[in-house]
Amino acid sequence: MAIKERMSGNEAVAFAMKQVNPDVMPAFPITPSTELPQFVSSYIANGEMDTEFIPVESEHSAMSAAIGAEAAGARTMTATSSAGMAYMWEMLYVAASNRLPIVMALVNRALSGPLNINCEHSDSMGARDSGWIQIYAEDNQEAYDNFIQAYRIAEHKDVMLPVMICQDGFIISHGVQNIELLEDEKVKNFVGEYNPRHYLLNADETLAVGPYAVSCYGMEAKRAQAQGMINAKQVILDVAAEYEQVSGRKYGLFEEYCLEDAEYAIVAIGSVCGTIKDAIDNLRAQGIKAGLLKVRVFRPFPGREMAQALRSCKSIAIMDRSESFSSQGGPLAAELSAALFQAKSQAEVIKIVYGLNGRDFTVEDGEKLFADLKNIVQNGSKETEEYRYIGVRE
Amino acid sequence: MSQKGFKAIQERPDRLAPGHRMCAGCGGTIAVRNVLKALHPGDKAVVGNATGCLEVSSFTYPYTSYEDSYIHNAFENAGATLSGVETAYLALKKKGKVKEEYKFITFGGDGGTYDIGFQSLSGAMERGHDMVYVCYDNGAYMNTGIQRSSATPMYADTTTTPVGKNSNGKPQTRKDLAAIMASHNIPYVAQTTFIGNMMDLYDKSEKAIYTKGPAFLNIMAPCPRGWRYDAPDIIDICKMAVETCYWPLFEVIDGKWKLSYKPKNKLPLEEFLKLQGRFKHLFKPENQHLIESFQQEVDRRWEELMARCE
Repeated sequence: MAIKERMSGNEAVAFAMKQVNPDVMPAFPITPSTELPQFVSSYIANGEMDTEFIPVESEHSAMSAAIGAEAAGARTMTATSSAGMAYMWEMLYVAASNRLPIVMALVNRALSGPLNINCEHSDSMGARDSGWIQIYAEDNQEAYDNFIQAYRIAEHKDVMLPVMICQDGFIISHGVQNIELLEDEKVKNFVGEYNPRHYLLNADETLAVGPYAVSCYGMEAKRAQAQGMINAKQVILDVAAEYEQVSGRKYGLFEEYCLEDAEYAIVAIGSVCGTIKDAIDNLRAQGIKAGLLKVRVFRPFPGREMAQALRSCKSIAIMDRSESFSSQGGPLAAELSAALFQAKSQAEVIKIVYGLNGRDFTVEDGEKLFADLKNIVQNGSKETEEYRYIGVRE
Repeated sequence: MSQKGFKAIQERPDRLAPGHRMCAGCGGTIAVRNVLKALHPGDKAVVGNATGCLEVSSFTYPYTSYEDSYIHNAFENAGATLSGVETAYLALKKKGKVKEEYKFITFGGDGGTYDIGFQSLSGAMERGHDMVYVCYDNGAYMNTGIQRSSATPMYADTTTTPVGKNSNGKPQTRKDLAAIMASHNIPYVAQTTFIGNMMDLYDKSEKAIYTKGPAFLNIMAPCPRGWRYDAPDIIDICKMAVETCYWPLFEVIDGKWKLSYKPKNKLPLEEFLKLQGRFKHLFKPENQHLIESFQQEVDRRWEELMARCE
């Protein structure tokens, strides 16, 4: 039977780490992900886990050592946030291009400046083109479930890419909620043994990793890598279907909440989705057809599928918890707008930036945004700005 | 050790295969070939490498010159990368997934070691990984076109310390990395170069590889392009570096400093400098004082080393 507990997001992901018990974890402390290496270190100290922990001197070395360990044939994980991931930047690309199925627990936090330790998606969104699969969570349960599914996706022979399991800093990572955990044995059976095809420590064959490739070879490597990301979409769905069998919890590329007949929709990522669901419940009670599309998988980007799910909507607000400083909205807005265009959507789209540096987004903010979406449909879009901030003092 | 016979060692198969694209007269490849020769036949190894001439010339897809498993990651992280490989080995060995014994040796140039990879190296050594970090020190960023590094000797003419009307080359002295690594209190640190029949290099490599725990080898490895010499002169340059005490040969074993060679007659620094185009400007009559100040620095360091070795 499932184990009922109360845990923070960090506790939940650390518990998943213990149950998965990877071979190696290099990590460096940074708020708000620091607890993850702390919990793992305690599990190791108490004999509950036999992962080899490397207390590296920086995040750059964390990702460098993770690349070394994974290439050597060890199932490898790390954890970080914000500036820590920014410091890994160069190595994120190397991990992906070497097709190393490392799993990173990312606790989303704002990049400086100003220096701020609170939730924002600017860290992972900045790394959206690094070749990592990105899976986001709404709450601690999802963060836990996503981590358990991660290696099955990353290590799949048709994928072979690193995976980022993202959760919102503090809101999820430090917020305590009820959670259902799987039994250790179930997790162990679900994740399975890691048997890499090629690795440095294989006594039967030597391997060279990380070549210099001239222009007559490099592009094929990138194309093959892109194929891994294309293939990941189906693998993520297959793994989710199998996970549902053991957990009873259903996952997809995204979640639709009251979206089937929605006229007005919000598209968002992460913990804010719980807030928006509350707003939708209130509005639905008033007969307003409001709905939510919660993005779970941002890489690979399920643009076509999302556009299809939004087909009944007359107006859509796409919410980004990060700025891309393009002067026309954040990354989710840019990519989903392109997908809607391709799908010949006639919906009005507004691009919202919210929640930067940990700024709250309330149920009232959600209700007001739906009112704006309704207004745009009734009165035309000319009166409203297509790209705007919510919750900011102008 | 019986395998120590010069002939027996030289007859060992090369673990760096020929056909790579390094320059004729390059010290880097001499360092790699000879360090890897110190691996006992039959012993397995994973070789690491920082980005640099060596990497781009010895592992150009789809060819590799390495007989052993090999990993290149980036410029600044050879220490951290190999620490990951070594830790994976511990983890897999513990689980019975790897049964063989492996050694871990990584190579970096001075740019990737003294400068951009310094933190990564320091961290790996401090954590105590059972690995050897070999710096092939040619005293500049040669791969990108001879820019100065913190290993570049004073007054050297490089592309970012060019000699000109207002410049006599690099104004600063070089960082003493071997001493800094010794301060990490690791079990083995040594400095060497290509001398005689290479036995000094062999002995130190073997000790570094077969000492449990982290080891650091600093090998002066001249670069014909950057130092401006004719390829065959490399051995004379190395000899003069040692005979002038510009590049002393020593070991630090468990914190104890030991001089490997003391010249009978310490030669003047000019004997080392005059063989290289990068110091040509020092031989103009008006620059005599520069050679004198360089000589003073060499003397000061030599005396400091002698005091440590007492």
